[in-house]
Amino acid sequence: MNAIEVVNASKVYRRYSRRRQFSTLKSALLSRSLIRNLRPDETFAALQDVSFVVPKGRTLGVIGRNGSGKSTLLKLVAGITKPTAGRVDVTGRISALIELGAGFHPEISGRENVFINGIMLGLTKREITKRFDEIVEFAEMQDFIDAPVKTYSSGMYMRLGFAVSIHVDPDVLLVDEVLAVGDEGFTHKCLDKFAEFKRRGRTILLVTHALGHVERFCDEALWMDGGRLRGIGDPKRVIGAYMTDVEQSEEQQLAADDARAQVSVSVVSPDQPASAVLPDHPIDTVEGPADMFRATEGRWGSREIEITDVQLAGADQIAGHVFHTGQPLTIRIDLRSPLPIDDFVIGIGIFNTEGVCCYGTNTNIEELKAVRIVGDAQARFTIESLDLVEGTYKLDVAIHKLDGYPYDYHRLLYTFRVKSRTKDVGIYRPKHDWRFSDSLTFTRGDSAW
Amino acid sequence: MFDNLARLFRYRGLIQSLVARELKARYRGSFLGFFWSFINPLLLLLVYSFVFTYVMTGAHDKRVEPYALFMFCGILPWTWFSSSLTESAGVLISGGNLIKKVLFPAEILPIVSVLANMIHFFFGLPILAGFLIYYHRPLHAGELALFPLVVLVQLVLTLGFALVLSALTVHFRDIRDILSNLLTFWFFATPVIYPYFIFDDPANPAHQTWQATLLKLNPFTHLVITYQEILFFDGPVGHLKLLLLLGVSSVAFFLFGYFVFDRMRDTFAEEV
Repeated sequence: MNAIEVVNASKVYRRYSRRRQFSTLKSALLSRSLIRNLRPDETFAALQDVSFVVPKGRTLGVIGRNGSGKSTLLKLVAGITKPTAGRVDVTGRISALIELGAGFHPEISGRENVFINGIMLGLTKREITKRFDEIVEFAEMQDFIDAPVKTYSSGMYMRLGFAVSIHVDPDVLLVDEVLAVGDEGFTHKCLDKFAEFKRRGRTILLVTHALGHVERFCDEALWMDGGRLRGIGDPKRVIGAYMTDVEQSEEQQLAADDARAQVSVSVVSPDQPASAVLPDHPIDTVEGPADMFRATEGRWGSREIEITDVQLAGADQIAGHVFHTGQPLTIRIDLRSPLPIDDFVIGIGIFNTEGVCCYGTNTNIEELKAVRIVGDAQARFTIESLDLVEGTYKLDVAIHKLDGYPYDYHRLLYTFRVKSRTKDVGIYRPKHDWRFSDSLTFTRGDSAW
Repeated sequence: MFDNLARLFRYRGLIQSLVARELKARYRGSFLGFFWSFINPLLLLLVYSFVFTYVMTGAHDKRVEPYALFMFCGILPWTWFSSSLTESAGVLISGGNLIKKVLFPAEILPIVSVLANMIHFFFGLPILAGFLIYYHRPLHAGELALFPLVVLVQLVLTLGFALVLSALTVHFRDIRDILSNLLTFWFFATPVIYPYFIFDDPANPAHQTWQATLLKLNPFTHLVITYQEILFFDGPVGHLKLLLLLGVSSVAFFLFGYFVFDRMRDTFAEEV
């Protein structure tokens, strides 16, 4: 038996142009277009032709980027909005954890709000009285339950809202990104509660960005992208496909960011003669530094030797911006020196987003003595194993004289992202290994929630 | 539509709790708390007594004495009516969170506004009763038996208006501003601060003024006249037939209001 059936569901929202936004009763009456104005002239399809079923007792995780239609889908299933086309059928009592504590009245006490909220969600007074202690204990609110809700912290508010919704004991539970409600302990408790629901054969629809939860907790995953269903099935497989897609778009975004950064600095180098401004780098693309971090980006130098291009490549030697911990990384630096020069040092520096230098070196430090550069040249800096933890990193690339006089200094102009399967912390991930004596045993398993 | 109406009955527990919450929350934090429900109408009565006894001494018809008490009979139900409409016009927007995030029959919100104001009206009645007895007004048990009927008719009529207004205001926010002015006009177009018979004298039936025609078209006129006949004036309630007619039209209007609300229901979650 299916608990949730969604058949060719579409949801179209109206979108108002600027003119329409201010349309009022007066203008509607004046132009005698009351009926016409109630009709949308510009629409936005939040969901397009989505079909899926969730059998009773199964847990479905819905993943996807922001704005992909996940929440709209959840609202349709909850019955809060109706599909523009298609059909949504749900069997059994629904409880939707979309916004916790919606409907709490700030002036009255938590106790009274629990009752009213419970009735709103479909419980009777007697049922609430019976579960009241359990609700309060679950929310960890014993000391504050008689205080007005307006005095609660946002965490308390959410916890109480969550506790009420979860104790409605629904047949179908809809959860929208609410696991970030409390501290670790509370999240743990919520997940335990979901697990209990699962054991009791309830159906759960979970919308979340925490892919780990979907992988461990859900029987199936559903991937939404741009209002359409991109994939449904085994969580591991769907999440894998989703991650690949996210990486690709990150790659595109980083590439665009890089291009912008380089364009903006190519015209603002202080030491650069005006004639050296390249015609294809128009001046009006200069963007002012938005914050301190960006303000440190820049490019300067005499350009007697010029860095014409910097590319990053992974194991496959294809230039990119997203790499994986433990994989090789090559930095390719294209140089051009119109005249022969014999005094130069090539250096690189890797910084994390906090501006901490993770690693820096140059040819002089590594006891390489420059002999000569002329015409087009290329330097390659290869890291055999990129042992950085997950995060975004920026790159300094420079060529300068031995005494520091800069030929061409590119400061933090290149960005790359490191992805990792482990959620270790810090900057550097040394090659390591755990070994244990016989009296201490572990088994391979998932990390804790 | 009728399914939804039936569902409304199942939600009576919720309506009850929400009305209670509304009343509790209103005076929460004030020193006198719940007593304000009694004190407010009392103060209102005192203000009117003062104005018409000492300030505008000759401004009213001599056939209605004590004048302040006469006005009070009309102002209490009017306050219920006008605050209900003002509140319900904004209630879907201020309760938008509920409509958007919780599966919730939206018509409960305007209904709760009307009922909460009705309770306030009831709180004003003991004050009114006290003064009626103090001034030795003639109260007949037979007439008082009609009182619940008037209240019921007013309730149904007010609910009809509340449903239409709350639904329309979601799409046209201007209604809230128009409404406050319209209600002021409506107040003066209802025989509350003047007796109806200054325009339509029963002693002189040939003399029909245009004001009387206007007043007759105003549904609230008939309610107020009945209230005054029951509570203030001597003699039988002569307005009963018109009241029953109004009762039937009010039921029709309520159904119309519910129909409008029901038709627009699906747009609320997107518009508020």
